[in-house]
Amino acid sequence: MADWLTAEHSTGTSLVAAEFDGGVVIGADSRTTTGAYVANRVTDKLTRLSDQIYCCRSGSAADTQAIADIAAYHLEFQEIETGQPPLVNVAAKVVQDICYNYRDQMSAGMIIGGWDVRKGGQVYAIPIGGMIVRQAIAIGGSGSSYIYGFVDAQFKEGMQKEDCVEFVKKCLGLAISRDGSSGGVIRVVLQEHRKYPDMVKQ
Amino acid sequence: MSSIGTGYDLSASQFSPDGRVFQVEYAQKAIENSGTAVGLRGKDGVVFAVEKLVTSKLYEPGANRRLFSVDRHVGLSIAGLLADARQLVETARTEASNYRGEYGTNVPIQYLTDRVAMYMHAYTLYSAVRPFGCSLMLGTYDKDAGPAMYMIDPSGVYNGYLGCAIGKAKQAAKTEMEKIKFNEMSCQELLKEAAKIIYTVHDSVKDKSFELELSWVGEHTGGVHQKVPADVHQAAEAYAKAALEEDSDSDLDES
Repeated sequence: MADWLTAEHSTGTSLVAAEFDGGVVIGADSRTTTGAYVANRVTDKLTRLSDQIYCCRSGSAADTQAIADIAAYHLEFQEIETGQPPLVNVAAKVVQDICYNYRDQMSAGMIIGGWDVRKGGQVYAIPIGGMIVRQAIAIGGSGSSYIYGFVDAQFKEGMQKEDCVEFVKKCLGLAISRDGSSGGVIRVVLQEHRKYPDMVKQ
Repeated sequence: MSSIGTGYDLSASQFSPDGRVFQVEYAQKAIENSGTAVGLRGKDGVVFAVEKLVTSKLYEPGANRRLFSVDRHVGLSIAGLLADARQLVETARTEASNYRGEYGTNVPIQYLTDRVAMYMHAYTLYSAVRPFGCSLMLGTYDKDAGPAMYMIDPSGVYNGYLGCAIGKAKQAAKTEMEKIKFNEMSCQELLKEAAKIIYTVHDSVKDKSFELELSWVGEHTGGVHQKVPADVHQAAEAYAKAALEEDSDSDLDES
């Protein structure tokens, strides 16, 4: 039997997330592969965790979808309990806990991007194994290998929003062009400061 | 059986016909036997002061503390039965630690207070237990959210406060607080006021000796709850004593 029939659905992927002055931009390609077969060419790998926090998923599609679902549940629960929107570092910690505790059973590389009142735009990288680190820019997935040099040479901290969006798109274009497991379209999510009604003050 | 009581006070799980739960009211009475504790919330933090009554000269100085840290950023002061309160401190610390383990951040004070209050409330519902004979004040400071202080009572009810007093002389202490402009004052200023309140409301006839306990959490401590440094403690105590002297002098002048 052909291996693409039995192989695991996996997001051979290109992911980019970058902080800018006042928010974050996250982006991803849209290819899902099963072995060499493109199972979906319009995948959405940018998954909502809360209104202001999204994650980029790479690795096993099933594992990362489950992690995102569980993390989103925890954050929604916490939002109800505390009356305040969840913080990005808390979201990243929740995702990390799952990734670390199940590191032997799962294959998941996640990047969390979002905005909160405390620290503004933030990006946290959670590579396979469950480490966590905050970075001004994080790249992930198989396509990222091709663009480390570009990112190191071209990324500047504190960019303007428009420049940051263009930069993320440029990164993904380059990654997709070299990586056979990435492709389709470029999807981008922009998170920036928005006015929220002042809820229960602590 | 003694002649007082109507038979509706034998269980924490029984109402009286006019809708009261006597066991909870008795628990509130128990707090009034303990030394006074005050908490003042200013513009940049929270200060706690406790009148710790010393019942025996044979105790080591600093024994039976009534000010605790629940987590690095949360201070807690108590009035009432010390042993009951210590169990609640343990509960609060476990809650704070669990929250940190799960979310990697400081526990929000409102959430912590709510959890401890729920725990206390549960002890007003069953016939096999008695309510906690103590009140708790929790205080914290956060760079973004500012200062906050809550008080929980044995019924499990809690409220946020600018100034709060529990224990023996709570009424007198609250009267002393009336002239304080909480939102304009710093921790340094409030600490002196807190010490003064404790010295003012202390009844030296009924209760001979006491130790003044002082702690604070604010901008100046970097959001960490800690014992007030020895030199600041002495200065605040000296201020309180001097203020008392002045008051008694002016009383003499008037007479």
